[in-house]
Amino acid sequence: MEIQKLRPLRFLVSSALIAFVLLPAAQALRAQNPPTQYAPADIEYGARIFLTQCTGCHGVNGDQVPGVNLGSGQFRHVFSDSDLRSVITNGIPGTGMRPFNFDPSELAGIVAYIRNMHIFDAGKTKLGDPTRGEALFEGTGNCGSCHRVNGKGPRVAPDLSDIGALRTADLLERSLVDPSAAMLPMNRSVRAVLRNGKVITGRRLNEDTYSVQLIDDQEHLVSLDKSDLREYTVVTTSSMPSYKDKLSAQEISDVVAYLLTLKGVK
Amino acid sequence: MSREMIAAIARMSRVSLLLFFALAATSLRAQVTADRLTHASSEPQNWLTYSGGYASQRYSLLHQVDPTNVKNLEMKWVFQVQSLQKLESTPLVVDGIMYVTQSPNDVIALDAKSGHVFWTYHFNVSPAARPCCGVVNRGLAILGDTLFMATVDSHLVAIDAKNGHALWNIKVADANAGYAMTLAPLIVKDKVLVGVAGGEFGIRGFISAYDAHTGAEAWRFYTIPGPGEPGHETWKGEDWLHGGAPAWITGSYDPDLNLVYWGTGNPGPDFNISKRPGDNLYSDSVLALDPDTGKLKWYFQFTPNDPYDFDSVQVPVLVDTDWNGAPRKLILWGNRNGFFYVLDRTTGKFLFGRPFVKVNWARGLDDYGRPILTPQPSGTPTFPGQQGGTNWYAPSYSPRTGLMYLSAWEDYSTIFVSVDAEYKEGQHYTAGANTGPIPGGDTPGGQQRGPINTYTEVAGHGAVIALDPHTGEKKWSFDMHDVTTSGILTTAGDLLFTGGREGYFQALNAHTGELLWKANLGGDIIAGPITYEVDGKQYISVAAGHAIFVFALRN
Repeated sequence: MEIQKLRPLRFLVSSALIAFVLLPAAQALRAQNPPTQYAPADIEYGARIFLTQCTGCHGVNGDQVPGVNLGSGQFRHVFSDSDLRSVITNGIPGTGMRPFNFDPSELAGIVAYIRNMHIFDAGKTKLGDPTRGEALFEGTGNCGSCHRVNGKGPRVAPDLSDIGALRTADLLERSLVDPSAAMLPMNRSVRAVLRNGKVITGRRLNEDTYSVQLIDDQEHLVSLDKSDLREYTVVTTSSMPSYKDKLSAQEISDVVAYLLTLKGVK
Repeated sequence: MSREMIAAIARMSRVSLLLFFALAATSLRAQVTADRLTHASSEPQNWLTYSGGYASQRYSLLHQVDPTNVKNLEMKWVFQVQSLQKLESTPLVVDGIMYVTQSPNDVIALDAKSGHVFWTYHFNVSPAARPCCGVVNRGLAILGDTLFMATVDSHLVAIDAKNGHALWNIKVADANAGYAMTLAPLIVKDKVLVGVAGGEFGIRGFISAYDAHTGAEAWRFYTIPGPGEPGHETWKGEDWLHGGAPAWITGSYDPDLNLVYWGTGNPGPDFNISKRPGDNLYSDSVLALDPDTGKLKWYFQFTPNDPYDFDSVQVPVLVDTDWNGAPRKLILWGNRNGFFYVLDRTTGKFLFGRPFVKVNWARGLDDYGRPILTPQPSGTPTFPGQQGGTNWYAPSYSPRTGLMYLSAWEDYSTIFVSVDAEYKEGQHYTAGANTGPIPGGDTPGGQQRGPINTYTEVAGHGAVIALDPHTGEKKWSFDMHDVTTSGILTTAGDLLFTGGREGYFQALNAHTGELLWKANLGGDIIAGPITYEVDGKQYISVAAGHAIFVFALRN
């Protein structure tokens, strides 16, 4: 997960999660980071989680707890996004704010949404539909022909069983639109040619100075000594097609919504 | 497999049979079928179950390393685990891939030839986990492309062997009540069998089976019978509810008889028998269960109403041999209580037993194998002591030598002191305040020691002993200064590999016990060594300290 950090010395942000820490209006406030640093997909995902997890206390508008207005952009003790994640994860002892067990992807979404809820109207945004997304994953997208989910599908591409806990909504969307740019270097394919001319291609799993480990096209775990290789190439382009022109924006949003439901076996 | 194929296989010579299974294994690469598990000992290039095969002999047909060249062993690779807990894991090796666990419940897939890692799996253990004797795991089971791991917070997890992703995770028992699992599961057909630990926490032990595909529980056999069940009369009142009898080490399986054999642990509380009068069935017993239904076929109790913590969780070693002139299916059992037993594994009939270390809590066994008790006066040492004449340390049997090998604690004793205790969920329930026999001096216990050995010869010592299973006679003994908690491996190269607390990894002549080679690995060897083969080279692996060490002959 990569979330651009706020600069705590330049910006003061408020924890509207905590009723009694709201700043008096007279206290000097600093400007909040512009909302543009948060990806729309993350904000949307956060809005979805916020609606189910947070509105019970904070209300749909984030202002239901007396003295707390999450949308105000004014916080006392919370400066960085890291602080905000910490408050959500650990809670505030002695207050109604209990700890929440969110995965990194969910946390990124909630933080993005809280930072932007004053300008983001969840009611007007058509959030991705995970059921439609699953159908697209299996059908039009043909994603299951390379990816494995919950024990089904090949292992040639990364297993996506827990991708919704590991990647933010934004990164998932980027992977669908521009797979090569979004592909993690660790997931790059390698092409090795042994001294006898045998070609082995597969997805890189591990590497050191003298060896490389991969899962090959036949799903064998293979460890190669680099000294045994005539050629060794790390392929920087993804074999995954871009879905930018294959799926509509709404359909991509649906697939992202589905992928975000894949949290792995707890 | 067709009937004709079976008949053809039956006609093959031993060598061609081995070749057949080797080829079959190659063609089935990456799919560990139930059939492959049944014939695991016939593909010695792999180590497919915790005990190296259903008979649990920890004997390998590999013989590239033998008494003439064992001196040429050299270290090929080391893998340091990311844990300072005891490393008690026996790895699996499947077609060149090694799977090993590290504390608390991580799985690592390595290249068995080089030690390079393909993937790791981390299981988040509940803080409620409270295994009595270390946050350890002893290994995995595999079926198809799926690994199975029992966790210290009593979950059972299925993991994709190719990529380390969890497939399912089910709760087996409540960790808050002291249930833990530290054993490697046992696959029988399409089921995953496990047993629970927790004999020091007043649990009610059980062995249970789960559908390998879904994790759905197929059956559960409580090792303490409930009201109305046979054996319940061996408990008084509600003692049975917290009577222990855990099953914390992997059992064995006879496919022909379709019976699994599983040892059970101590009754609880461990040391105060006034809290649980009666024989306390089925504590300290071996159970023969139908793996399809969990129904009890027979049982044999080694230590009725045990006051000494003499768990009978030893790995059952299954041997087919002539007995008084006729072939017989046997179980060989070096018990923690200091006696070596031979049972008929078809019926459970006791054939004979005799001590393999100094024993004074019983003067012998009667015709039915029941101990003739000689409890020692208060304040005096009982032999063997609490850790026993042996314990869970994996034994071995070599069909070539016909000998049974045990890691034994010789001349070791404890002064047992029972105290009062009340059961409280999740708390220790042992009712004991035992001491060593040397006032102010150290006595070896169940845990690791530091780098300086203060366990002198007065406190006893460890040994590898070789027993003739027909007589119980000790054919040889390889004595160590400190005790040993290591498992044992024997090979068709007539070698015996074992370790010990001192950190030496040793190769002995399996016929004579002569030391042929040793390496100082600098840390406790607690797990069992294994051997396997990749690209025509035999490797020997053992966990020591906090690392896996792998040896092979110099190129």
